[in-house]
Amino acid sequence: MSDSNYNEISRNGLWNNNVALVQLLGLCPLLAVTGTVINGLGLGLATLLTLVLSNAIVSMIRHLVRPEVRVPVFVLVIASVVTAIELSMNAWLYELYTILGIFIPLIVTNCGILARAEAFASKNSLLPSIMDGLMMGVGFLLVLVTLGAIREILGYGTLFSNAHLMFGEMARDWTLVFVEDYSGFLLAILPPGAFIGMGLIIALKNVIDKRIQKQQKLKTQANHTSIENEVTA
Amino acid sequence: MNNNRYILVSGLILGLFAVIGTALVGITHEATAQKIADNERLALLGKLNQILPHDKYDNELLNTTIELEPDQRLGQEKESTVYIAKQQNNISAMIFSVIAPKGYSGEIKMLVGINIDGTLAGVRIVSHKETPGLGDSIETERSDWVFGFDGKSLLDPNERQWKVKRDGGVFDQFSGATITPRAVVQAVHLCLIYFDRHKDELIQKHIKKARIQTSTADNPGAES
Repeated sequence: MSDSNYNEISRNGLWNNNVALVQLLGLCPLLAVTGTVINGLGLGLATLLTLVLSNAIVSMIRHLVRPEVRVPVFVLVIASVVTAIELSMNAWLYELYTILGIFIPLIVTNCGILARAEAFASKNSLLPSIMDGLMMGVGFLLVLVTLGAIREILGYGTLFSNAHLMFGEMARDWTLVFVEDYSGFLLAILPPGAFIGMGLIIALKNVIDKRIQKQQKLKTQANHTSIENEVTA
Repeated sequence: MNNNRYILVSGLILGLFAVIGTALVGITHEATAQKIADNERLALLGKLNQILPHDKYDNELLNTTIELEPDQRLGQEKESTVYIAKQQNNISAMIFSVIAPKGYSGEIKMLVGINIDGTLAGVRIVSHKETPGLGDSIETERSDWVFGFDGKSLLDPNERQWKVKRDGGVFDQFSGATITPRAVVQAVHLCLIYFDRHKDELIQKHIKKARIQTSTADNPGAES
């Protein structure tokens, strides 16, 4: 596998084929837990780990599994990995676990993970599959964190509150307060805020994509005209 | 025949992965079970300690419990646990698990600590689904409201004033949210009444259980 392929995998995972923004998969946990940055980061990391592990395992067993039973086997792999992660979080990140609660086991139902197993890991060798899982996971995590940041700033007027749930006691004063005595903006905290925020992020991505496209068109046009000019000269 | 064999092998592969997956989960469970149980005990003890600080009792709070039958007055539809705090072997307080059934969106689970003289040691919310920004002021992280119960008893304020201010009582409501504090005040009041009527019965129950415990004290692992 050449470097350009890894570049393409990265670009796909982070931007062009982003799980949340383009494939629109895994929206249920995405919209439900992104009330704060730390919640988003927690779920994002758990999903990222699941993606990497499930992609790696699926890629390793891809020659062993018959096509007829591949989907149930993938589901089994994903379910086992998620349950193992859930138990580990319960043991070592207990407080964060109690906040994310039901959404950790629900990672199983994140279609993004099964989609990567089926569309990529079952057809590629180990390293590219891990890379794909990593990049897709990071892409998903970035959206979770961005949405969490928007909703936390608007809703609570803070950023990185409750960081100690993840990083221990020393993170207790990482919280950035933007507005003192902020009375809170309920809409941003409640589910509608998640939908609106998500819509805005997708819209922003589309605007950026369009702008890039336009620039590329201009560039190719410019190239063409310059070539034509040379020819006529 | 060949086809049958193919199906069989596919099935076996699926079965093999079921076994491997279950093994993975089983091993993780073995590795984490103890830690998870410890976490849950610590979290519970942390909550109990918010109501009753360490220096207010000298017994093993988590191991000194009595079980209550389901009781509507505590909002409990299942058996619930009462934690008994002692100082120099005298009962100093009891902590009840209470559910306020009439929150704005569902049940509000809480712990109510009552000193043996009938005053409130403290009230803490364990879990709720109230509206963020309005009803969630019952949490200690959001406001000091719940500390307003400290030291109150059945006589102070009197029966007619065990209500939120809007209903003619002494407890604050929140702007935009009356239902949540009303539900909590009512549940705390009911718990105080329950304690008042059943105090002696609860103490008897505890003494009886303690006697059984001491007779099996040679085997400390039996009680958990």
